[in-house]
Amino acid sequence: MIEVVNLKKSFNSVEVLKDISTTINEGEKVVIIGPSGSGKSTFLRCLNCMEDPTDGKIIFDGVDIADMNVDINVHRQKMGMVFQHFNLFNNKTVLENIMLAPVHIQCQKMKKLKKQKLLGKDINEDILTKKQIIEKEKKRAMELLERIDLQDKADAYPASLSGGQKQRVAIVRSLAMNPEVMLFDEPTSALDPEMVGEVLELMKELAKDGMTMVVVTHEMGFAREVGSRVIFMDEGKIVEENTPDEFFANPKSDRLKDFLSKVL
Amino acid sequence: MGNFQVKWEAFSRAFFDNGGYKEVLSGLQNTVLIAVIGLAIGIVLGTLLAIAEVMPQYKTLPKILNKISHTYVAFFRGTPIVVQLLVGYFVLRPLLGLQTINALTSCIIIFGMNSGAYVSEIMRGGINSVDPGQMEGGRSVGLSYSTTMLKIVIPQAIKNILPSLGNEFIALIKDTSIVSFVGAKDLYVAFKYIGTNNYEFMVPYLIMALIYIVMVLMITALIKLTERRLKKSDRSSES
Ligand SMILES: Nc1ncnc2c1ncn2[C@@H]1O[C@H](COP(=O)(O)OP(=O)(O)OP(=O)(O)O)[C@@H](O)[C@H]1O
Ligand SMILES: [Mg+2]
Repeated sequence: MIEVVNLKKSFNSVEVLKDISTTINEGEKVVIIGPSGSGKSTFLRCLNCMEDPTDGKIIFDGVDIADMNVDINVHRQKMGMVFQHFNLFNNKTVLENIMLAPVHIQCQKMKKLKKQKLLGKDINEDILTKKQIIEKEKKRAMELLERIDLQDKADAYPASLSGGQKQRVAIVRSLAMNPEVMLFDEPTSALDPEMVGEVLELMKELAKDGMTMVVVTHEMGFAREVGSRVIFMDEGKIVEENTPDEFFANPKSDRLKDFLSKVL
Repeated sequence: MGNFQVKWEAFSRAFFDNGGYKEVLSGLQNTVLIAVIGLAIGIVLGTLLAIAEVMPQYKTLPKILNKISHTYVAFFRGTPIVVQLLVGYFVLRPLLGLQTINALTSCIIIFGMNSGAYVSEIMRGGINSVDPGQMEGGRSVGLSYSTTMLKIVIPQAIKNILPSLGNEFIALIKDTSIVSFVGAKDLYVAFKYIGTNNYEFMVPYLIMALIYIVMVLMITALIKLTERRLKKSDRSSES
């Protein structure tokens, strides 16, 4: 699903990612761990080109999205991303947060279809009005909120939510775009301990539903339980990767042994 | 004080009996019109200029827009508004064949363009004060840079800079007192007309000053009120 080929990334001539290649297959749950500053976030952010790779390819559904000439927005719609600090839209209600992108993007699409129809092209798809799109997406957003049991917060602003609630809303905001893959960058690191559980629980549900996931985390329990593959990154390289059982029971490199002895 | 009595009576004759109040009302209307529409133009223009300043600069087009924005702001901040008004009205208007545009409209346009330069600086600060995570959140769900900017970042930026925009409005109100240079009729023209009626300028100009002060005080109070409202809404939403 995502093929990373010789990915390199530098920030002002400091090389942060040094020639990374790996493939993330459909349905896989890849967990990335490693010491601070090893490039985990940068790697994750390169996967949907939030950081533009300095060199190499990111092939997503057959298209090299690292190519500056592709319309990255179209591809990002199919890659959800969840941040450490939630990044909910502060000026929008919970419901608006979830509906904004799907409504906007479908309205754009309908405009394009209408134009093509005016030009005399055959359009097979139904052309929805803005009102129909909003109705449809509102229903979908409410379903998503029910799923995380926050339907009564639909009209609340993010500032009034707890950290755990914010992160769960952020996750369903991504889900509203029906992504093929979800990227998580330390989704529980900014949470009070008592809220970590509810977010991990939702992520486990997603995993069970078959979502392809790439998760940067310090939650070793999650890596063991949910991961189908664990990647250890250090100094901008993938040092070791394996199934969780092998990874934690039989670490091969000294650096991973050293790292595990500190965190476990 | 007897002297003042005479001056007051002269004023009141010109103001009430000779139709001076009509001049004052239409002058006041023009002053407010130039400032309000000027600020509206300034906010739209300033927002576009500010976006051109903060846009990522990888590609050629953003680089060009950035240069244009820089030059624009440097020009409008670097010359007195009187000069902009005179050049705009007496040089550009005939050169561009725009003689059909009257003095009032010309003033509105030029004040709007001038305000755009100042608002762009304010807006740039406002945009930079918004958490970069807001842009990332928008981009991560597939919204474009410009959509995220307009729907997410700019509204939050405007909330942060409302007080500064209020100050810009006050500056505009005061600056409009020069529009008679190109023949537009504002408060000053109205009170000069009243004074000229019987060559008594003391009372008319005193009252003109009072009207300006009252306007500025009213706007200041309005800014304070919105500031307090916003603070309150921030607090209640965080509880
Ligand atoms: N925008 C940036 N500009 C310059 N340097 C950066 C930037 N982002 C990251 N870096 C640098 O790249 C290196 C890797 O950072 P990255 O955030 O990917 O590490 P990480 O593994 O996610 O660490 P952590 O566990 O602390 O989140 C660090 O040395 C960091 O200082
Ligand atoms: Mg990180």
